[in-house]
Amino acid sequence: MSDQSAVLSPRHIPDRLDGPFKRALKSWETLLLAVAIAIAIANSLASPYFLDPWNLSDATFNFTEKAILALAMTFVIITGEIDLSVASIIALASTAMGAAAEAGAGTPVLLFIGLGVGFGCGLFNGFLVAKLGLPAIVATIGTMSLYRGIAYVVLGDQVYKNYPTDFAVFGQGYAFWIFSNEFVTFLVLAVIAGVVLHKTIFGRQVYAVGNNALAASFSGVRVRRIKFIVFLMTGVAAGLASVMLTSRLGSTRPSIAVGWELDAVTMAVLGGVGINGGTGNILGVVIAAFVMGLVTFGLGLLNVPGIVMSIFMGLMLILVIALPLVVHRINNRRRTAR
Amino acid sequence: MRSLLARREALLVLACILLLAAITARFPAFSTPKNLAGVFNDTSILIMMALGQSAVILTKSIDLSVAANVALTGMTVAMLNHVAPGLPVIVLIVVALGMGMLLGAINGFLVWWLDIPAIVVTLGTMTIFRGLAFVESGGAWVNAHEMSAAFLELPRAMFLGLPVLSWVGLLAIVLAVILFTRTGLGRAFYATGGNAVAAIYAGIDIGKTRFLAFVLSGAMAGLCGYLWVSRYAVAYVDVASGFELDTIAACVIGGVSTIGGVGTVGGVVLGALFLGIIKNALPVIGISPFWQMAISGAIIITAVVINARGERVKGRIILRRKELPL
Repeated sequence: MSDQSAVLSPRHIPDRLDGPFKRALKSWETLLLAVAIAIAIANSLASPYFLDPWNLSDATFNFTEKAILALAMTFVIITGEIDLSVASIIALASTAMGAAAEAGAGTPVLLFIGLGVGFGCGLFNGFLVAKLGLPAIVATIGTMSLYRGIAYVVLGDQVYKNYPTDFAVFGQGYAFWIFSNEFVTFLVLAVIAGVVLHKTIFGRQVYAVGNNALAASFSGVRVRRIKFIVFLMTGVAAGLASVMLTSRLGSTRPSIAVGWELDAVTMAVLGGVGINGGTGNILGVVIAAFVMGLVTFGLGLLNVPGIVMSIFMGLMLILVIALPLVVHRINNRRRTAR
Repeated sequence: MRSLLARREALLVLACILLLAAITARFPAFSTPKNLAGVFNDTSILIMMALGQSAVILTKSIDLSVAANVALTGMTVAMLNHVAPGLPVIVLIVVALGMGMLLGAINGFLVWWLDIPAIVVTLGTMTIFRGLAFVESGGAWVNAHEMSAAFLELPRAMFLGLPVLSWVGLLAIVLAVILFTRTGLGRAFYATGGNAVAAIYAGIDIGKTRFLAFVLSGAMAGLCGYLWVSRYAVAYVDVASGFELDTIAACVIGGVSTIGGVGTVGGVVLGALFLGIIKNALPVIGISPFWQMAISGAIIITAVVINARGERVKGRIILRRKELPL
């Protein structure tokens, strides 16, 4: 334990071979892609229903909403923070939409309310973390129970399901043949997120804040503002996910989306985003979303209950982080022994 | 007087007294000694688990898996009791403690050996433990009539006017005071969270210290797994769902700093009691249980804000957060 203060790159895959091609071959994303293909093959062998195009299309519903959360969560984690309140924001936004729908609001109003509640919750999280300087873990644990608590207070044991029929378009409509609106939205958002994170000054600043906030602020990055913006992003993403989920289910109950914060964090981390901030990219997160979607779909075909699936998710989260570290450690030992 | 008021514990005592006074004004029966003893008894489990959690938070980590640990351990001992009713309760308690420690050791090991951030580890083990409770029981419940009388009686048995559960809580408080203030390990908890680099130079193995904090937290959760299941006379997968937040809340309200190194046993106990009084008072003053989550969320946020204010006065240590991740 002598190198405790040394910065270990959690994604370090031992690599003595150089050259762009070989490096790409050994990159985290390639590994993930291989995992995705392996799971797809295993799934198609395990169940004859897997390769049915309509089934596969339906399978995208499993993960698109969570993946949209994960895209925004990627930004938050890269800045070195975490947002555990996203699932509760979904519940609160869904409750607000449900109440508005009971009052006879139309689809555009509902969309506005869903996104607005997400924006408001993100604003509050951003205020706590960026303005008051609270640790994000505790602040968002607090807002996590606050937001869902409000949903419970409003809903009690009721269920809202008086949604107008055309509201179903977000979660149940199809944009191109068998590609659902949700799936297309996710792909578009993924491209936008990729461009923003990798091609804009804002994206560079997000990395800078996560790598060394002090150095970033000395070089003119407005650290607090960046943090504020990324929390706004998760809020709006949760609002959007809430619109889709509510529209897909056609109902709201306070226990909606319980535990999704774990799935979003897992997706981001599985996609190669370092939990300590400063590293990661969108492509990895998108592939990770597909991997998790395939795993859930495959397990679902094998009739594995949801809570048992969560064991796989938990194991995956830990293994994904642990494996490269173990390999790194063993390699280090071998090097020092020589 | 001023320095006394500035202390977190004094403020909390004051807050508890004000809270009790406000409730008593409307419902005098709430503050009878018998009812207050009941409130303490209700809060004992929270106190014990919050003490374990505070050890973890002191070392600048966090344990989100404690509630799932309670569910898994509780389910295990309940099923063991159902299958082998003749097994003495003391054996089951040892099993619960050992299993809790083992689960805590898994968390601690991953944090120690691999330097994985505690939040990721325990977020993962949280779902794994609860999932295992489901696998183990097949989703079924173990009900009161399937448990042996001795298993159910123990926490309820009266001893010197208080139930055994309360005595266990008091014992845990005493042991925690000794551990935190009179032992090397206790100092190591504070040192690890306060300044990890200085701790390393002082010869403290911060990885090992964190590991032991997780083992302690796991042991408390394991013991509470038995106490919870026998006290409420039922074991199911969702036992103690969300309770990890309550333990963290008790710590934060009690003045344990989430960036590590600051906090006292007295503060944690009072923080837990504060939550316990509110939880017991809600139904009395006629507020629906649906409010509970929103209220505890609001309290957590308020407490964190107050804590952050308190820390700011002492001056901010730049770069402290970046030394080692939470």
